[in-house]
Amino acid sequence: MGYPYSHDLEVGTILSRHFGDESARRLNVWQEYGGYAALAKAVGMDATQITGIVKDSGLRGRGGAGFPTGLKWSFMPQEPTGPHYLCCNADESEPGAFKDREILRWVPHLLIEGCLIAARAIRAEHVYIYVRGEYFPYTRILNDAVVEAYEAGFIGPDILGSGWDCELTVHIGAGAYIAGEETGLMSSLVGGRAEPRVKPPFPAQSGVFGRPTTVNNVETLAAVPMILSEGSAWYRQWGTERSPGTKLWCCSGHLERPGTYELPLGIPLRDIIYDVCGGIRNGKKLKAVIPGGSSTALLTASELDCASTYEGMQEAGSSLGTASPIVMDEDTNIVRAIRRTAEFYAHESCGQCVQCREGTAWVAKILHRIEMGDGRLADIDTLYDLCEQLTGRTICVLADSVVFPLRSSLDKFRADYEALIGGRA
Amino acid sequence: MSEHVVSLTVDGVEVKVPAGTPVIQAAERAGSVVPHYCYHPGIPSRPAQCRMCLVEIEGQPKLQPSCVMIAQEGMIVHTQSEQALEARRSVIEFLLLNHPLDCPICDAAGQCMLQDYAYETGQLSSRYEEPKLVLGRDRIAEDILYFADRCIICTRCVRFMEDIAGDNSLVVAQRGHKAYIDTFPGQELEHAFRGNIVDVCPVGALVHEDFVFKARAWDMDTAPGICAGCSQGCNIEVNVKENQVVRVKPRYNADVNGYWMCDEGRRHLVMANRGLRLDVPMIRRGDVLEAVTWSEAIEWIAASAPWGAGGVAVVHPGESNETLFALRELIGALGIAGGGYRMSRGEEVELPGFPRLKLRQDRAPNGAGAELFGFSETDAVPVPEAGQTLLVAGDRLLDAGSDYGAQAGFYVYLGTHMTEGASSATVILPLAGAGEADGTYVNFDGLVQRFHQAMQPPGVARPGWMVIDRLLREVEPDRPPMRDVAAAFGSMAAATPELEGLSWRGLGLKGGRTAGRATVTGAR
Repeated sequence: MGYPYSHDLEVGTILSRHFGDESARRLNVWQEYGGYAALAKAVGMDATQITGIVKDSGLRGRGGAGFPTGLKWSFMPQEPTGPHYLCCNADESEPGAFKDREILRWVPHLLIEGCLIAARAIRAEHVYIYVRGEYFPYTRILNDAVVEAYEAGFIGPDILGSGWDCELTVHIGAGAYIAGEETGLMSSLVGGRAEPRVKPPFPAQSGVFGRPTTVNNVETLAAVPMILSEGSAWYRQWGTERSPGTKLWCCSGHLERPGTYELPLGIPLRDIIYDVCGGIRNGKKLKAVIPGGSSTALLTASELDCASTYEGMQEAGSSLGTASPIVMDEDTNIVRAIRRTAEFYAHESCGQCVQCREGTAWVAKILHRIEMGDGRLADIDTLYDLCEQLTGRTICVLADSVVFPLRSSLDKFRADYEALIGGRA
Repeated sequence: MSEHVVSLTVDGVEVKVPAGTPVIQAAERAGSVVPHYCYHPGIPSRPAQCRMCLVEIEGQPKLQPSCVMIAQEGMIVHTQSEQALEARRSVIEFLLLNHPLDCPICDAAGQCMLQDYAYETGQLSSRYEEPKLVLGRDRIAEDILYFADRCIICTRCVRFMEDIAGDNSLVVAQRGHKAYIDTFPGQELEHAFRGNIVDVCPVGALVHEDFVFKARAWDMDTAPGICAGCSQGCNIEVNVKENQVVRVKPRYNADVNGYWMCDEGRRHLVMANRGLRLDVPMIRRGDVLEAVTWSEAIEWIAASAPWGAGGVAVVHPGESNETLFALRELIGALGIAGGGYRMSRGEEVELPGFPRLKLRQDRAPNGAGAELFGFSETDAVPVPEAGQTLLVAGDRLLDAGSDYGAQAGFYVYLGTHMTEGASSATVILPLAGAGEADGTYVNFDGLVQRFHQAMQPPGVARPGWMVIDRLLREVEPDRPPMRDVAAAFGSMAAATPELEGLSWRGLGLKGGRTAGRATVTGAR
C-alpha cells in the first residue's frame, strides 16, 4: 500500500503492496512473496507471446507520454542481427514525481523482474537501468538486489536453466532533467552529454551504441510481472478501456496527507485530492493544481471533476503526465510558483535549440521582474507570444513543458499577474 | 523515373535531386537558400539544433528542420511561408537577447551570418529588457580566442574537431543559456588543423589571434590563391589590407581540400614575404652592388653574360610553372645542362575525417612542377668551378655563407629576399614573392592549379617568367613574347606534352589534370 499513508481506494496489488516493508528488498523474502514466478513463466514463452499479453493489457507508458507499451516493444526488429538493448528510465526528474523512487527503494526485485521480462519480449541481451544521480541511496538498494539476483541466477547466463542469457547494469546519471528524455538518456548512457537528438532514427532503429533499443519507465516495467502472472484481463479490471490498470500517484503540496498512492486509473481528480489525500492543509481552499508533474497545465478548483485517465486529463485541458499533482492552496503566489518552475526549465535546458536555450531563461527573467513588482502589462503579451515561439519548434519537448504551466497560469490567473503589475503600461 | 532520383517542389520550383538529399540542399538547387547556423555542408553530423532552417512541408503539422529532413518524392516545401519566416524571425530575436551587439569591434562584422539574418528579418529593437548575460572570453588555443558572449552554440567548431579532425578536446561546457565552448580544464586545443574552427564559426565567437582587430571585412582585398605551404595545393582565399596579407582562409575545392586547410598553411603566406626584400635590380660594379633600372639590368646581362658557356644552376620548387619553364629556357641559353632544386620536408599530418587532405611531407607547392620541367632534387646547393656561371633562382640560400659563389665567373641571383649567399652575385634580379604574382602550380596529385596576384610586389620586383622572358627576348629578338600570364602558360603548355590541352582560361579555379605523367613521380 502507498507510502507513508494508505487509503481504501488504493489497489496495491500490483506495485505498492510491499511499500514500507524493508524486508521485501531481500531476495529470500521477495521470493516468499511470490517474486520471480512471472520470470519463470516468461522464460517458457517466446517474445511475441509476452508482447501479446502486454499489448492486450493496454498498459501505457508511465513516464508521461502514455505510449502503449506492447506496441512500443513490437517496433523492435523481430529478427535480431546483433545486440538489442533495454533501457529502464529511472531518471525520475520531473518536479513533483517520486513514484519511481518508491519502487527503487522498496521493491527493487519487482523492477529487476520486470526488466528481464521486457528484455525477453524485445530480445534484448543487456538491460541498463539509468538512475538519476540524486537517487544515490536508492541506487545502493537496487544494486544490492541486482547482486542477489545475479547470484540466484535470475540475471546472467542461462537464466533459470532456459539457455537464455541477459545481463543487467545499473548506471547512475550525473544530474540532468533532460537525461529523462529517451534520446538524451541514451546519449548520457554511452558517455555523451545528455542532449536529445532528432528522431528519426527512433530508438528501436538506433539507440544505445547505435543498436535497437527500447526505453521504458520504471513504473511501466514494474507493472509487467503481475500482468504476465495474472493475465491481461485481470489487469484490465481496473481503470478504463483506454487507460487500464493502476497508477502510482505522487501527491505533494499543501495537502493533509501527501504521499504515494496506487490508485486505479479513472478516479476523479477531486477525490484524489479531497478524499485520498485528505484535502487541503489547515482547511484552506485549493487555488490551483498542476496535475501531472510540473510540465502540465494548471487546473483550478472548478476543474477537478475530470477522470484521472490519460484521456480524461487531456479533455480537462491538461495532461496525466507522471500523475504527480502539486497542490497549491489559496495563499499561493501563482506568479512566483510559475517563475520558480520556469527557472527550473531554464536551468535544465540542454542548450541545443535556440528557442529553448534563450526562451526559457527569458520567460524566467520576465516572471521574476513581474514578481518583484517591476512588470508592465506589455510583459503579459510578450509572455503569450513566447508561449507561441516555444511550442513545437524544438528537438524535444522541454520548451513545450514550460509553456503548459505558463500559458495556463496566464489564462486562468491573469488577475494575479495584473495585481503584481499594478496597471503599469 | 529512376529510383535514385526524387523530384520535389520547393517554393513552387520543381527540382530533381538524388535520393537521400536533405531538403536544405534540394532547396538550394531550386534557388532558395534556407538560412542556417548549425548545418555546415562539410561537417557530417547534423544535430538540427539551431532551428534556423525550419521550413514548412505540406502534410507535416510542425515546421521541420530542412538540414535533416530527407527530400521525398512529391514533397512540397515552402521555405518562405509566413510560418517559416515567423519562426526564423523568432530565432534571431532569441539569439540577439544576450548577444553583445559589439559589431563595431567584432572581426566577423560584414561576414557574419547573425548580422546578415538580423538585417534580413529587420528587427531594429528588442523586446528584451533584462540585463544581458555576460560570459566573458577565453583563449581556447595558443592562437585562437573565444568570445563566449557572441557564441550562438551552433557547435560547428566542436563537431569539426570531432567529425573531421578526430579530436575530442573541444566541448560544450555547462548547459542552457549558460552554455559555452571550452576545452577540458588545464588543456588547450592543439591540433594542426584547428584553425578551421574559426572559419566554420558563423559569427565572431572564434577569432584567430593573428587577425583579431586587424581589418574590417569590407576593407580587405581578396584574391583566390593556392597555398604554398606544402604539395597538397589547398585552394585559399587571400585577404589583403594595405598590401599586407592579414588572413588566409580555405577556398572550397572538393577535389583538393574541401572546406579545410591546415594551420601551417595559414601562417605560410603571412610569413613568406617577411624579411629583407629585394625591390630593385642590382649589378655588381667593383665591390658594390649598384641599383639599376630593369632596362639597364637586362641590357647589361644580355651583353655581359657568357651565353652558351655552361655552368651550374639551382631553382626552387616554390616557383610557378611559368617561371620554372622560363628558367629552363634561360638555363639552356646559358648552356647549363639541367639544374637542381632543394625540397624542405616535414612530418605528414592527416585529417582523419577528410583523408584527401594532408599536410604533405613536401613543404613546397611545386616539386611536381620542378620535376616536370626537368629539374632534379639535390641535397646541397651546387658549387661552381672557378670562372663558371652560377644561376640561383628562388632558393634563399639560408645555409650558404657570404663567400658562396665568389669563385663563379658570372653569378645570377633571382629571388625575393636579400641573403648572405647572394652577396657575391654578379647580378641580382628581384622577383615577386608568394601572393604577388599570377601563375600555376602542379600539386602532389598532378593537378595544375591557378593562383592569382593578391598584392603588389615591393619596389619594381616582377614575376620570374616576365623577367626572364624580357631577358631572353633581348638576346633573341625573334622570340614570341609572353605578354601576360595566360600567354606564358600557353607557351609553356605548347612546349610541354604533359600540359597538352590545358589553357590558363580552361583551368579556371578548379584546376586541370596533367596528361601522361598524371602523378608526377617523386612528389610526396
